[in-house]
Amino acid sequence: MIALLIRDLRLAVRAGGGFGLALAFFLITCTLVPFGVGPEGGTLSRIAPGILWVGALLSCLLSLDRIFALDHEDGSLDLLATSPLPLEGVVAIKALAHWLVTGLPLALAAPIFGLLLHLPGPAYVTLVLSLLIGTPALSMLGAFGAAVTVGLRRGGLLLSLLVLPLYIPTLIFGAEAVRRSAAAAETTTPLVLLAAITLFTLALVPFAAAAALRVNLR
Amino acid sequence: MSLWEYANPTKFMRTSGAVLPFVVAAAVLSCAGGIIWGLSVPDDYRQGSTIKILFIHVPAALMAINVWLMMLVASPIWIIRRHHVSALAAKAAAPIGAVMTLIALITGAVWGQPMWGTWWEWDPRLTSFLVLFLFYLGYIALWASVEDADSAADLTGVLCLVGSVFALLSRYATLFWNQGLHQGASLSVAPGERMSAVYRYPLYLTMLGFFLLFLALLLIRTRTEIRRRRLAALLARENRA
Repeated sequence: MIALLIRDLRLAVRAGGGFGLALAFFLITCTLVPFGVGPEGGTLSRIAPGILWVGALLSCLLSLDRIFALDHEDGSLDLLATSPLPLEGVVAIKALAHWLVTGLPLALAAPIFGLLLHLPGPAYVTLVLSLLIGTPALSMLGAFGAAVTVGLRRGGLLLSLLVLPLYIPTLIFGAEAVRRSAAAAETTTPLVLLAAITLFTLALVPFAAAAALRVNLR
Repeated sequence: MSLWEYANPTKFMRTSGAVLPFVVAAAVLSCAGGIIWGLSVPDDYRQGSTIKILFIHVPAALMAINVWLMMLVASPIWIIRRHHVSALAAKAAAPIGAVMTLIALITGAVWGQPMWGTWWEWDPRLTSFLVLFLFYLGYIALWASVEDADSAADLTGVLCLVGSVFALLSRYATLFWNQGLHQGASLSVAPGERMSAVYRYPLYLTMLGFFLLFLALLLIRTRTEIRRRRLAALLARENRA
């Protein structure tokens, strides 16, 4: 499992594209928003929590199809499926690798983007915390979507249609936590619920994703 | 008579063919009766004549959820027991459910404009219906894009199971996110909130009518799917020969 993780990380970093792309996309999203809504600090800081979370969501979505597509093309996915490692484990590791190269950098870089959007002072810690808690669920659900669409020729668009509705609960609690802390309110409840969704996703979705992969490898 | 007998398409075709005319007739009668009755009720003292939208809106909303529930039951039956008719029924049900959701959303908007002064409000119930509609769209799109029929049934089945969990989560998450305008249960049994009998009985009739309508459409669409599958098998055989 460790070997698979290291292999996936190496591929992601060396093959280019996936690693920096999500961050660059996030930056562009945050740059475009002020052009859309105007540069007034008040408006921006009011919508910043939502924009940051939606931006993180979309940047996560961007690299999802790479989770399985390349391995499916060159046949290594079949090898992984016949290896002693259970397919559920493969899915979990691949989601972890995806999170390490997209979710984690996003969460760590988010304060800079918050600065661009005039995010109110007390919200920075919650922003990082909520992204750290929430993005693993995004990667795991994305792995499920990628597993469902792996054999399809034009899976990309379908993938977003399938995965984005699944992201709604995570988005609600994540953005709510940041919004509450921006208003200097108590944030434990949304953060705990966010963590609950992430844990639930991590526990059960690998099975669904592995089932979908088995169908696609048949 | 058991569910498993009808895994045989021939048997299903025979029985459903025999039942279908009666279901269609009953659906037409109860829908038409309920709606005509509903249109003839007196105006509500607060809502005025807009209360008549209720007789479409509530049954459509009810069926929008129940169709998804039916798909949720049909999917594991296919995944676990390879019940082909069950998979085809789930496929046939999805567009009906999507249309029911759309009807509920549109009639709700038409009612909301004079009553709440807005076509759309990010209210938990409204939002979760929109989310449900998105789930229907994803499900239908996945059926349409996978070529191999059995794989498509498997993948959509898994999607239906996962989607149900997250649709439910979204339902309660939106409750946390925004407190809404929409009233609670429409058919509350609590004495003080109970709807007047003038409105309740026609509503029951249209609810029955919409259920029968769904059943009739489901049978017709499932029969079409079976015929389409047979046709594909015949064409494949011809190509081989």
